[in-house]
Amino acid sequence: MEEKNLICINCPLGCPLTVTMEGGEVKKVEGNTCPRGEAYAKKELTNPTRIVTSTVKVRGGALAMASVKTASDIPKGKIFDCVKALQGIELDAPVTIGQVVVADVCGTGVDIVATKNVPAKG
Amino acid sequence: MVDIVIIGAGVSGCAIAREVSRYKADVLVLEREEDVCCGTSKANSAIVHAGYDAAHGSLMAKLNVEGSRIMPGLAKELDFAYEQNGSLVVMMSEEDRPALNKLYENGVANGVEGLRIIERDELAAMEPNISDEAVAALYAPTGGIVCPFGLTFALAENAAHNGVRFQFDSEVTGIEKMDGGWKVSTPKGDVEARVVVNAAGLYSDKLHNMVADDEMTIIPRRGDYFLLDHTAQGHVHNTIFQLPGKYGKGVLVAPTVHGNIIVGPTAIDIDDKEGTATTQAGLDDVRAKCGMAVKNVPLRQTITSFAGLRAHEARHEFFIGEIKPGFVDCAAIESPGLSSAPAIGKMVSGIVKDILHLEEDPSFDPKRKGILDPKALDDEAHAALIKENPAYGTVICRCETVTEGEIIDAIRRTPGARSVDGVKRRVRAGMGRCQGGFCSPRVMEILARELGVDQSAITKSGAGSELIVGVNKDAI
Amino acid sequence: MREYELVIIGGGPAGLAAAVAAHEAGLRDILILERDNELGGILNQCIHNGFGLHTFKEELTGPEYAGRFIEQVKKLEIPYKLNTMVLDLAADKTVTAMNREDGLFQLHPKAVILAMGCRERPRGALNIPGYRPAGIFTAGTAQRLVNMEGYLPGRKVVILGSGDIGLIMARRMTFEGAQVQVVAELMPYSGGLKRNIVQCLDDYGIPLKLSHTVVDIEGKKRVEAITIAQVDEHNRPIPGTEERYECDTLLLSCGLIPENELSRSAGVEINPVTNGPTVNESLETSIPGVFAAGNVLHVHDLVDYVSEEAGAAGRHAAAYIAAGGKEEQHKALPVKGENGVRYTVPVAIRPDAAGDAVTLRFRVGNVYKNKKVAVYAGDACIFSRKRPVLAPGEMETVVLKTELLTAHPEAEGITVTLEEA
Repeated sequence: MEEKNLICINCPLGCPLTVTMEGGEVKKVEGNTCPRGEAYAKKELTNPTRIVTSTVKVRGGALAMASVKTASDIPKGKIFDCVKALQGIELDAPVTIGQVVVADVCGTGVDIVATKNVPAKG
Repeated sequence: MVDIVIIGAGVSGCAIAREVSRYKADVLVLEREEDVCCGTSKANSAIVHAGYDAAHGSLMAKLNVEGSRIMPGLAKELDFAYEQNGSLVVMMSEEDRPALNKLYENGVANGVEGLRIIERDELAAMEPNISDEAVAALYAPTGGIVCPFGLTFALAENAAHNGVRFQFDSEVTGIEKMDGGWKVSTPKGDVEARVVVNAAGLYSDKLHNMVADDEMTIIPRRGDYFLLDHTAQGHVHNTIFQLPGKYGKGVLVAPTVHGNIIVGPTAIDIDDKEGTATTQAGLDDVRAKCGMAVKNVPLRQTITSFAGLRAHEARHEFFIGEIKPGFVDCAAIESPGLSSAPAIGKMVSGIVKDILHLEEDPSFDPKRKGILDPKALDDEAHAALIKENPAYGTVICRCETVTEGEIIDAIRRTPGARSVDGVKRRVRAGMGRCQGGFCSPRVMEILARELGVDQSAITKSGAGSELIVGVNKDAI
Repeated sequence: MREYELVIIGGGPAGLAAAVAAHEAGLRDILILERDNELGGILNQCIHNGFGLHTFKEELTGPEYAGRFIEQVKKLEIPYKLNTMVLDLAADKTVTAMNREDGLFQLHPKAVILAMGCRERPRGALNIPGYRPAGIFTAGTAQRLVNMEGYLPGRKVVILGSGDIGLIMARRMTFEGAQVQVVAELMPYSGGLKRNIVQCLDDYGIPLKLSHTVVDIEGKKRVEAITIAQVDEHNRPIPGTEERYECDTLLLSCGLIPENELSRSAGVEINPVTNGPTVNESLETSIPGVFAAGNVLHVHDLVDYVSEEAGAAGRHAAAYIAAGGKEEQHKALPVKGENGVRYTVPVAIRPDAAGDAVTLRFRVGNVYKNKKVAVYAGDACIFSRKRPVLAPGEMETVVLKTELLTAHPEAEGITVTLEEA
């Protein structure tokens, strides 16, 4: 039996949640005001994930940088590996929203895609 | 060997440089900072004092009145912002009447024109926001306001136009007597000069002490200020001082030539000649005092607070003269130094001329055209300007409506802007209410392009003040 | 220069949504004036996700959200001018603007929508004592440098202010290799979203110190250290609580100010609480035919609401033009906020001009728990909703059915208030 504390992020109420864990499983969530708190606690303590956003350089573009994101959320523990995977990457203009920048980043099965249209310079 | 080395490119040094450029002489200005107008000249009240304050008979009084008289014509000749808005020294208690009368008499003795004492009704009509407790005031119609950067750049540019050279990032580390002149050491090498002028502001004691028999001590006297947004414009029209008296010494509240209101300064003696940090206590002091003579000063509209240092010397008198053959001091130039600068320039150049028996240079051009401000043009001329040079159609600083054309002009002048602050002081980009939040990245871009360097090399105000420390992910 | 019936000043989220909505309402003669070199405004540098859940039912990044609207503007062939600065707006709606291609020009539209957005409060306005070296940036300036230009403005960072941009930048700078040491917040609560506190600070072990402010900035050329201290209930630093952080950068995220210089020059009445124009239910300012929406009107925390509000402004502007600029005189009920409600948008409602419903937006001045938001028409309570928590950082919205107002013809005004739940 193990107790963990976290703050629910679903609304400004910010309920302080106390979660009882056993063998990696959530046994009990307390302190939440609504069911969203329980769902959040379960996800956050068993499989926390995040969408990662960053930028990469663009060669020959009207803009110097293109913004990118993981197409869906990836395990929280892989955030920095994912950012590192973007180091040194340069795209050639034009860049279009949705274009895959890194496929299957760090073995997560998730692609990093462009989130910005960057036309060629001219 | 050059004829003249002027140490210091503040308003005094630049005024001297401009005046000696009338003569046939090889002149070099050495400046420790990266630009002109980086010390006392850049952070002060921006006032042209009428000259009633300095003690009658002093050099300070003489040069102040003379400087104040030269200023209007000089502003036209050199195209910088100056306005004769008048000044008021407000008396807050009838008990202080003798002091007010004494100030009036001192002013009359100094030769200040148009001085008169005005009573409450006239005062309140002139300044609707004057304190309800104000009793009377000394009114000086010749009191003025000036852009201290504009004045200094104008002098420097006109000097450069007439052949004076400027060398920046060149702090003087030593001065030695040599045959026929002086050897001046800087990190960029030694310079030999027949005459050296010490116009080093806060450091004029250090240079004085390198050659003189006596010791001089310049005390940095800090002044904290608030600068208010254009929205406060019109709160006062004259420069408003408070007569020191029963309620202590106040702070001034004045308009600026650019439509802001300036409030301050404190007067705090410190040890550090670079100690331009504002303090909570200093700012609180200005906040407390500014309401003494003026009602409802809208301090909520502050766009920046800053501090400047005056080069105070115990005698409170300018120290100008040849102290060793070929070494001329222009030291202890504290307030009213800015007002006196044109007269200081003439006086020092006169001394130098006599030492070197200089001849007038017939090719001297007294005129200088300032950076074109498209806002001052009528619509037709404005449109024609953009057509001719589209850079004047691109607004970079939104708060002060400064275009790319003006910024390019500021960079390409001699001496030109090399840093973000250099641009700001020349064309006011970043001087407005957002304080460069929007425009500083774009100013950096233009500077990098114009100077042919990478954007990461662009500084706020010279080496060590780089604004960018690297590129994304360079150290992960 | 050809004339346009509607000129929209600003091509950010508000301007784009207003243009699209005005077009959908049947207006064809629209021009957007944008001062930057692309449409999208501040969203272009907000590369993080979290936008669009209300509008598009999916989570987008800022550029993607802007991209959706830009696409519509292009598809509808609504004209726009980039790199174009509006220099003046006159009371008769004459717009003076300039750019490189057209030079200085004037437009005389029938209606104008103000969509200029807002700016950040700079260091100067915060009266932080100390030196003024390089290395002090507003969070938004740093965001532009990092996200648009790829430059790092610093490596060791202290952040003052826990507004959302500051929190987002704490994470961004961390990703790009900087070390964010602390976020200090003057107020006893954060102005940012809970989600951002958890996902931008807690995830990376960045401490948030509430009731703290910066009391000293060291460094003559570049920031060398920042000292923060705890503040008392009057927001004055408490001696002895100072903590010094060696760092090269101070980021400021201390509030946003609507950019209303043009509104003021036109003589539009400004609400001193929001620093934005006072508007009626149609988002029309004190000058008939001049409308306002988005952050220029009042600072929003969600872009989705900006789009919604701007859409309404676009429709109302189209209707104003369709009616030939003639407006019938309707009785206007002033709207006021009480008991912690700092302001309301709109400040007046004309029930006869309001259509089926009116959206009332407001903010509270403090953190409140277990309250009820109530709306009164005169003395009659016409709306009430329980709110377990209200915070200054979260805009509140009430949609009022117009029939509730017309049911109380005797009412001389509307009051939005907080009551015990």
